[in-house]
Amino acid sequence: MAYAAADHEAHADHPTGWRRWVMSTNHKDIGTLYLIFALTAGLVGGFLSIMMRLELQEPGMQWFTNPQTYNVFVTGHGLIMVFFVVMPALIGGFGNWFVPIMIGAPDMAFPRMNNISFWLLPAAFALLLISMFVEGAPGSNGFGGGWTVYPPLSVAGHPGPALDFGILSLHLAGASSILGAINFITTILNMRAPGLTMHRMPLFAWAMLVTAFLLLLSLPVLAGAITMLLTDRNFGTTFFDAAGGGDPILYQHLFWFFGHPEVYIMILPGFGIVSHIISTFSKKPIFGYLGMAYAMVAIGAVGFVVWAHHMYTAGLSLNTQRYFVFATMVIAVPTGVKIFSWIATMWGGSIRFTAPMMWAVGFIFLFTVGGVTGVVLANAGLDRNLHNTYYVVAHFHYVLSLGAVFSIFAAWYYWFPKMSGYVTPDWIGRLHFWVSFVGANVLFFPMHFTGLAGMPRHYVDYPEAFAGWNRISSIGSYIFAFGLLIFFYGILVAFLRKEKAGESPWGAGANTLEWTLSSPPPYHQFETLPRISGNDH
Amino acid sequence: MTETVGHSAQIRKTLIACVVLVAGMTGLAFASAPLYSIFCQLTGYGGTTQVAAAAPAEGILERAITIRFDANVATGLPWTFEAETPSLPLKIGQTATVFYKITNHGADETVGVAAFNVQPDLSGSYFNKLECFCFTDMRLKPGETVEVPVVFFVDPAIIKERDLDKLDTITLSYTFFASKNATKPVAALTDLQKPQL
Repeated sequence: MAYAAADHEAHADHPTGWRRWVMSTNHKDIGTLYLIFALTAGLVGGFLSIMMRLELQEPGMQWFTNPQTYNVFVTGHGLIMVFFVVMPALIGGFGNWFVPIMIGAPDMAFPRMNNISFWLLPAAFALLLISMFVEGAPGSNGFGGGWTVYPPLSVAGHPGPALDFGILSLHLAGASSILGAINFITTILNMRAPGLTMHRMPLFAWAMLVTAFLLLLSLPVLAGAITMLLTDRNFGTTFFDAAGGGDPILYQHLFWFFGHPEVYIMILPGFGIVSHIISTFSKKPIFGYLGMAYAMVAIGAVGFVVWAHHMYTAGLSLNTQRYFVFATMVIAVPTGVKIFSWIATMWGGSIRFTAPMMWAVGFIFLFTVGGVTGVVLANAGLDRNLHNTYYVVAHFHYVLSLGAVFSIFAAWYYWFPKMSGYVTPDWIGRLHFWVSFVGANVLFFPMHFTGLAGMPRHYVDYPEAFAGWNRISSIGSYIFAFGLLIFFYGILVAFLRKEKAGESPWGAGANTLEWTLSSPPPYHQFETLPRISGNDH
Repeated sequence: MTETVGHSAQIRKTLIACVVLVAGMTGLAFASAPLYSIFCQLTGYGGTTQVAAAAPAEGILERAITIRFDANVATGLPWTFEAETPSLPLKIGQTATVFYKITNHGADETVGVAAFNVQPDLSGSYFNKLECFCFTDMRLKPGETVEVPVVFFVDPAIIKERDLDKLDTITLSYTFFASKNATKPVAALTDLQKPQL
């Protein structure tokens, strides 16, 4: 049924004006919508974080009058960056754009479902924004309990409707992602071009396939957990309330059963992207292709059995902690396979340090730093000391803000000529990289020190002793934000200069299917399916 | 387009599998609440105590364990609640009865329900209750005081648990909460009601 939309008669159809975008069933247009949405949401999430850094620049209260409002900003920043920036950009944006092209398919399997997947997101985002402007905790607006939304604070501590809006927002965002994931799985499993076996499939498609399975398995659990929270709040159930025989720890288990795979959902597409960029600009096929593909599968699988390492201080028994320490450390093995395979791909290659390559290499370095602190935090004994300090903030920003976000920019500079048809001057991308790289490290590296010194998260104020490093962190965030101006300047220049990108602007080395099409690709590609032979990943 | 026909059957199959997977995971999420409490009851996880019908057949051992009694009242319930003694030495296998005194200081009739466990967690599966006030809701009139018993013993099987070789104290902890299942609206609870939209 939905497949018929990609049928031959429909191919002639090329809607224009608002119909092209609002009623779009075209994977490239929907991908573009996702990218624009993610950039917009990113500005909102970035604004919240800059406000946080302005406040934390000096001890005492400068910008916020109500400390609860600061916590609302922290919560909003987290939720927006996870659900409305990183996921839409990597999965909805680049996934929609390039998975069908890379596997030689004319479009996604369910083009209309693709449309609803996207349009659920602005609705979800609107609900989340509304939640910041209605009462949450008594006497203040918005929900300030962190993105994890732990009870009892989220049930008894926020009687206002703010969190109800937040929960419904997550329901919609979750539904959007589940529909998107079904679409990716169906497309990748059934619509590969003749000859493109699973073991010849580009690594980005592999990454999206694993990501889609993680979404499918983990998001329903989040949906269930927050639905129970909703009924606990409004309909008198006691799933997480000891007063009625419930257990707040159960919520933590359910949340992190979703939450841990979620962090791999955010990073796996980046792994795929970085593999292509490293291979392209080293002019070598990726080292250990099968190992790379199955390392992602392994990360996805093991990612489901390590969740309680987020809960070492929740009163787990010693044996439970022992298991989760061990299982968590196992993840370092497939991750190491990936890091070393990227390095081995570059080894002896003819490397060109173009903008996307800089971002990709920067990604590898920063992700490794975040991975190493992750292994530190995996130790239950150490974590007892570091739990909920800025050390944890440094860790997950190194893997997400500097990992996932750097992969988004790498993908942007790599595929922008393909998507728009125009070339961005390479120096702009490189300048953007260096400013961001310096800014992000100045921003997040000192957090290791404040964290080790014992500075806790989620507070608007801190003792004088932490003042120095916090000032430096804040300066770093302004540098990173300045980098975004360079980014937008690059887009502006590209669209004003209109310098045409050829079919394959990166030349030899870029050998996935998207580089065989014109830039931008035709509205409907592969009317005759390409035949794949050989092993060009 | 014979290829398309074969394709769409294949695609439908994948779609159905995906939908089943999502439905299954959603079901598991909701099933987790009852499964979690069954799991705790069966394994004594998190210090969940056991319910027994009769005193142990193995008899009474020489080794004694001190049982401490911890009694708390959550905010929102105008009660006091205390055990008749802070602690009690008890031989393993020996049955003991301890009375708790509960008083309602509020102006209204209130209903409370107790949550309970023992520390250390591992001793949960060996701590058996023959009778307990905690199995049902407790309804107290204004100013009313009741004395209620807990009858319990420590299962002699505990000596086979290597990790509890050195155990000399078990803490039995109760917390009374205002019951959410109460038929009558509880005065203290109405203060916590959320503002309406």
